[in-house]
Amino acid sequence: MWLEPDDIMVDTFSVLDEKGRLHGEEPHIEAHQIIEMYKWMLLIRLFDERAVKMQRQGRLGTYAPVSGQEAAQVGSAYALRKQDWIFPSYREIGAALVHGMPLSQLFLYPMGHLAGASPPEGVNVFSQQIIIAAQSLHAMGSAWASKYLEKDEVSVAYVGDGATSQGDFHEALNFAAVQRLPIIFFVQNNQWAISVPVSKQTASRTLAQKALAYGISGIRVDGNDLLAVYRVMQEAIRRARQGKPVLVEAVTYRLGAHTTADDPTRYRQQSELENWQAKDPIRRMKSYLMHKKLWNEELEEKEVRRLEQEIAESFKQAEETPRSRLQEAFDHVYETLPPSLKEQKDSLG
Amino acid sequence: MARMNIVEAVNDALRLELERDERVILLGEDIGRNGGVFRATNGLLAQFGERRVVDTPLAESAIVGAAVGMAARGLRPVAEIQFLGFIYEAMDQLAAQTARLRFRSAGRFTAPLVVRAPYGGGVRTPELHADSLEGLFLHSPGLKVVMPSTPYDAKGLLIAAIRDPDPVLFLEPMKLYRAFRQEVPQEDYTLEIGKASIVQEGTDVTIITWGAAALTVKKVAQDWQGTHGVSIEVIDLRTIVPLDSQTILSSVEKTERVLIVHEAVKSGGVGAEISALINEQAIYSLEAPVLRVTGYDTPYPVPMIEDDWLPNEDRIAKGIEELLAH
Repeated sequence: MWLEPDDIMVDTFSVLDEKGRLHGEEPHIEAHQIIEMYKWMLLIRLFDERAVKMQRQGRLGTYAPVSGQEAAQVGSAYALRKQDWIFPSYREIGAALVHGMPLSQLFLYPMGHLAGASPPEGVNVFSQQIIIAAQSLHAMGSAWASKYLEKDEVSVAYVGDGATSQGDFHEALNFAAVQRLPIIFFVQNNQWAISVPVSKQTASRTLAQKALAYGISGIRVDGNDLLAVYRVMQEAIRRARQGKPVLVEAVTYRLGAHTTADDPTRYRQQSELENWQAKDPIRRMKSYLMHKKLWNEELEEKEVRRLEQEIAESFKQAEETPRSRLQEAFDHVYETLPPSLKEQKDSLG
Repeated sequence: MARMNIVEAVNDALRLELERDERVILLGEDIGRNGGVFRATNGLLAQFGERRVVDTPLAESAIVGAAVGMAARGLRPVAEIQFLGFIYEAMDQLAAQTARLRFRSAGRFTAPLVVRAPYGGGVRTPELHADSLEGLFLHSPGLKVVMPSTPYDAKGLLIAAIRDPDPVLFLEPMKLYRAFRQEVPQEDYTLEIGKASIVQEGTDVTIITWGAAALTVKKVAQDWQGTHGVSIEVIDLRTIVPLDSQTILSSVEKTERVLIVHEAVKSGGVGAEISALINEQAIYSLEAPVLRVTGYDTPYPVPMIEDDWLPNEDRIAKGIEELLAH
């Protein structure tokens, strides 16, 4: 019997429609939690806008915007417990913030500080990864350590659609499945890997269905639907804790450029962008909350003002962080400076 | 004391560390039931079980990447790459991820892991099994590279590598795995990583070597002492990173003639680095140019010609003659 690609039918799980109207069952999430998640999304959008602006002013280096992916990142990270671990790429400031990263720390990397990828102790966020999919393996090793040490923790590898083409992604899923590790591969399919659309990335109709080849479970979720992502992630965590790895494909869209050095008008249509702007995850959540009388314009204005001030303060704090010095580049190459490196450091005077 | 060859010394070191430290876990291809293709992990699965000695799926990048995640989270993984020639598959994970984790996280995360791999020529292996690739990792700040050539050094250095707070690439010369035995203490002991050993003292010529080439060099040096009355100092580096420049420079000042012998290709490697070091810091001590006897700048060749390609006794002898002619 031949296996055919069409044999696999994958639905996309959602709770809200694109206008923010509930379709199907109530999600059974506490109102205060929904509001808290909504506020996280606002913070991320405002942070993102601020960061791009600061880059344009020359006060920040290359920055990878995250706007459009707030629901995917907040919904997933909000479901985690403090002891769980996340292994982010460079476009995961949202997930990192929700999981405890201080705002000011997130400015340090694009500012070019030596400690830019150094989350504080107690915050279980790994240094953000630059090489596409490389962190999948670290997350897998981390999940393995949790299992080995019998700790109740899950590890989450945050990757994008482009990462699913990499060997490391495949190897991580395969190892995790064989070893039955407490891990979630959270793929944000934001449709574009710089200029290459997902249709040129894979011939699979969905990324979620790749789970089956590894013998694990997978799910495709509307990544712009905060409540759906949160629900899916809760279930994913439940499974992962039982030693059942999960692959989640969150379908979303990168509204901004790949980085501040990228010009998306070279490769994608304005109409496509507008189509996705209409599915904006924040707008959708807002209309849901307003409809439920949990939110209004007055609250929104107040919250935006508060968050903007918080961001401004953290940016100021980041700007006041002492500049990295060349001498410090020698501090963390090895635990103890070998003689030849010491000589090089000493030569700086 | 027990008489051990290198592969037994490696096995002994792994066993002692598995016994001593619950955080030590072994990963690799065929290391479990099969005991490794060279039997370096022989008997360890039976003694420690599948939790500690893991036959992984066949994927070098994931073996190293898993070890990074484990090490960052408090374990002490020892990964085996079946042959060093396969390390290219794990190049990102080793050179870009493992090596710079401490640096890029400003010390927040570290990767105290060991990657073991056999390498070296003269055993008629298929392609990409014999290459000496230490030069690649000389260019990867954050890694330590250890290349022992005796059972005593292999055991003491492997135990030190497993306990080291930094990642160590531990390269085992496969031709020497069973070449000879040596008295090795039965208990655990460590040797300092970054310290060369002067295996034969001499006054006329210094030969600097390491790993797979060391046994041949020692033989030639002894022959020359006996038959030609030339006093040769042999330095076995044992560690490539960090390099023991002190031992090198002191010897250069004493003998004033230096031959570097390694199996890796000639250009841009560890030999070139040592030559540059001597040039920078001891050039006025020299009576002759620093010479290298090495592999040629071709891919590692086929079995039919590998003995001529390697730094064999004849080529090393010619190198000594040339040095003495100055």
